Amino acid sequence: MSNENLKAKLAEFDAKVEKATAKFPERKNVPAKRIYTPLDIENTEYESEIGFPGSYPFTRGVQPTMYRGRFWTMRMYAGFSTAEESNKRYRYLIESGATGLSCAFDLPTQIGYDSDDDISTGEVGKVGVAIDSLADMEVLFDKIDLGKVSTSMTINAPASVLLAMYIAVAEKQGVSADQLKGTIQNDILKEYAARGTYIFPPKPSMRLITNIFEFCSKNVPNWNTISISGYHIREAGSTASQEIAFTIADGIAYAEAAIKAGLDVDAFAGRLSFFWNAHNNVLEEVAKFRASRRVWAKVMKERFGAKNPKSWMLRVHTQTAGSMLTAQQPNNNIVRVALQTAAAVMGGTQSLHTNSKDEALALPTEESVMIALRTQQIVAYESGLADVIDPLAGSYYVEALTNKIEKEAWEYIKKIDEVGGAVAAIEKGYIQKEIQDSAYQWQMDVESGAKVIVGVNKFQMEEKPVEGLLRVDAAVGEGQKQKLIAMKAKRDNVAVKASLDSLEKACQDEQENLMPYILTAVKTYATLGEICGVMRKVFGEYEAHVSL
Amino acid sequence: MEKRVRVLVAKPGLDGHDRGAKVVARALRDAGFEVIYTGLRQTPEQIAEAALQEDVNVIAMSILSGAHPHLFPKVVNLVKEKGMDDVLIIGGGVIPDSDIPALKAAGLAEVFTPGTTTSAIVEFIKANVK
Amino acid sequence: MDIAKEVLNGSRLALSRAITAVENEHDDAVDIMKKLYPHTGRAFVLGITGPPGAGKSTLTDKLAKEFRNRGKTVGIVAVDPTSPFSGGAILGDRIRMNELTLDEGVFIRSMGTRGSLGGLSRKTAEAVKIMDAFGKDVIFIETVGVGQSEVDIVSAADTTLVVLVPGLGDDIQAIKAGILEIGDVFAINKADREGADKLNIELNMMLDLDGNMNKQWRPPIKQTIAHQNEGVIELLETLEEHYEQLKSTGQLTTRRTERTKNELLNILKNEIGNYVLGKITESGQFDKLVKDVEGRMDDPYSVVNNIIKDMLK
Repeated sequence: MSNENLKAKLAEFDAKVEKATAKFPERKNVPAKRIYTPLDIENTEYESEIGFPGSYPFTRGVQPTMYRGRFWTMRMYAGFSTAEESNKRYRYLIESGATGLSCAFDLPTQIGYDSDDDISTGEVGKVGVAIDSLADMEVLFDKIDLGKVSTSMTINAPASVLLAMYIAVAEKQGVSADQLKGTIQNDILKEYAARGTYIFPPKPSMRLITNIFEFCSKNVPNWNTISISGYHIREAGSTASQEIAFTIADGIAYAEAAIKAGLDVDAFAGRLSFFWNAHNNVLEEVAKFRASRRVWAKVMKERFGAKNPKSWMLRVHTQTAGSMLTAQQPNNNIVRVALQTAAAVMGGTQSLHTNSKDEALALPTEESVMIALRTQQIVAYESGLADVIDPLAGSYYVEALTNKIEKEAWEYIKKIDEVGGAVAAIEKGYIQKEIQDSAYQWQMDVESGAKVIVGVNKFQMEEKPVEGLLRVDAAVGEGQKQKLIAMKAKRDNVAVKASLDSLEKACQDEQENLMPYILTAVKTYATLGEICGVMRKVFGEYEAHVSL
Repeated sequence: MEKRVRVLVAKPGLDGHDRGAKVVARALRDAGFEVIYTGLRQTPEQIAEAALQEDVNVIAMSILSGAHPHLFPKVVNLVKEKGMDDVLIIGGGVIPDSDIPALKAAGLAEVFTPGTTTSAIVEFIKANVK
Repeated sequence: MDIAKEVLNGSRLALSRAITAVENEHDDAVDIMKKLYPHTGRAFVLGITGPPGAGKSTLTDKLAKEFRNRGKTVGIVAVDPTSPFSGGAILGDRIRMNELTLDEGVFIRSMGTRGSLGGLSRKTAEAVKIMDAFGKDVIFIETVGVGQSEVDIVSAADTTLVVLVPGLGDDIQAIKAGILEIGDVFAINKADREGADKLNIELNMMLDLDGNMNKQWRPPIKQTIAHQNEGVIELLETLEEHYEQLKSTGQLTTRRTERTKNELLNILKNEIGNYVLGKITESGQFDKLVKDVEGRMDDPYSVVNNIIKDMLK
């Protein structure tokens, strides 16, 4: 059919439907067009915009084999209470077929305070495992071969310290740093914009990040030095386009900082990784994954002039959307997670964490974690969704939506460039404001019923309180405190002080790479709080920009 | 008389998830309240003192980290110690139903769990503020 | 409780309640102010204004800390706009001053503009007086601006600091309107940003054109980076210098006399207005007079003359 012919047919179809919708009004919050046709992608050049998996611009995936080679890494984010408890959960997950570890740390650890700090009261071991020193890290990975497992650590402001501890534990196991595989999140910009666990101001934070890039490129070559995260931006309420736009803008800022620090783009770009959210709207999410790969490939090739194809690839870890899980009728969350998993898989993720049904209520129990892992296995082995690469390519709608999301992302990136880049945009509160506006709009849509959340604003029912939730014993905090005191009495406190003093001096000299100093300090069993305390003293603390 | 209901919206503890707190702050503003927003990582002492200086009618707190059994009651006690006995104190966040009776016994007027509408919070404040 | 007495005894709760009484126009507000008035007039009152995003709150925070280092107690009245649609407001200045919250020598109060502009400047002035009577040495009035309402608000200050920031676009023209006249000291904040020097030059030129050359005090321009605490001490010393200059030249007395005159006039106008209006609306006379004027049976000038003649003999 010629385009002219198709246009006429489409007009005919629309007229027919218009007539019908006079009687049956269409739902709200659905795409503007009711059907998509070849007309919607007539300007999309297959070779340059879609192409083949493993080739620029990677719209269809970063590897030529994708899941025909092997499935994504099924990586379950876990950690709570003490290192002993978390170690048990990790070993249980590995025995159940999880192929990677993902460590959750408690809030004091994420913000660089020890468990015996006043400010930590009530928080120790709550949202993750408490790590005060190398001693805890040794317990956390006890009987887990760090030469074999790949470990992702959700740690940002003190990422350098936790990475140093990991390297030190491996060394004790006889595993050298160049054999280590894994990821640190290390993405401070989204902490300022959306997640809130920052410590230092942007300048020294960016220095720490580039120090890690440089150190790892020489010593831990298989380590993913950063996981540039849209996940939390989305959780904070952004749209799909904003998620990838703000995250890629952050990625641009990191690349610029590293290049400014004298690194060659191809020396670090291949170790940059991303972290997306898998939300409820399956087709929009698939389009988002595809668009994000295309945008990043263009950024790396055209803007930064990267030569190595590895530098162009947006490799991504995904987590299903925690904020979409409901406290009401929690079993429904199993279905939501299954759909989100389908989206991430059809979107071509490299690894995936699936949330558990009870996470709107508390930390997940072992049973619900198992269902979440089984969900991934069912999608992988039974659903057929992973059988061919990028199965939705060529869908008029999905291709058009991919184009639309890409366009919106470029518009945001342009705006952020005009403001002076991601750091400036965050300092001015621009990104935060955009996210908050979207979050508020979402909430208003839910309250007006324009957006339906099953069990929340439609199809509600009386429910009995959920029983059997996981609880972290309040005694964990006290126990962790006692352990810390005992450890401090045993260690060589002269060596600790010496290592902290030289770290302080190194902090004052902007030319120094801090990683070797931090590594020395953790090996003396200097605590996380002590090390971050030294850096706080020199660097100061970030003051949040809030505009409502 | 030109009275406005004044509400302190606060995030005690260390968690950085302020989506809920900010959405609620805006909704309260749109309902005609004066909202004093103090940002992340506020200690119970800071919250109680800010409530005193601002002479608020309501303190609305949000916690998603599970630290609520420790932090919420502490704020209630500090506020009372300062002689403010007519402040309506409410909390919200990821809070299991089974924790709610203890929090209410400790002096929280209401605890709002995930899925609560902002209009329910506005209505509650209007009905109960002194 | 006797709020005024408790304020004078140093009760922070009473201080807070007294400000509420004034802000909400409680029945006891006038009584409280009567009792506190004799104890006012001692504090150094500092107005801070400037466009949104200039960093006023952060600068206030740093200045307050520096005053505390010098042993001075501090009060802060932070004014934010009320939404004209809902009547609500987000008062977010405190967020930049969280570290001051637990310092017993500091008291911070946020106020919404609440729509009544004339009323607002009176209320902020009264909040300042309450803090003054409480014993605060330095009191900041921080407000976003600059419009006429902000000019009114900072007219309660002895020294007014105008905070500007580079990179707000064609701001220099906008600044011209109103801001030059009220600034005793200017700060260019975020001075590490591009455009700071240009702003400095333009501002200097405008101040010179403004005829400041012949005045006793040519407003100085200070550069600061508030969030890094840079330039804060110099700025504080300049503000104090201005205050000292006001005192030594007798201008402080002139300014305060002028302020007292305005206050007195405002209260008088307000009270007379309320008194007269009360009388004539009570009797139903007012509605009739409005009709007469509307129907051109009488004119407003004669009507008012007659009312005054009747009422104030």
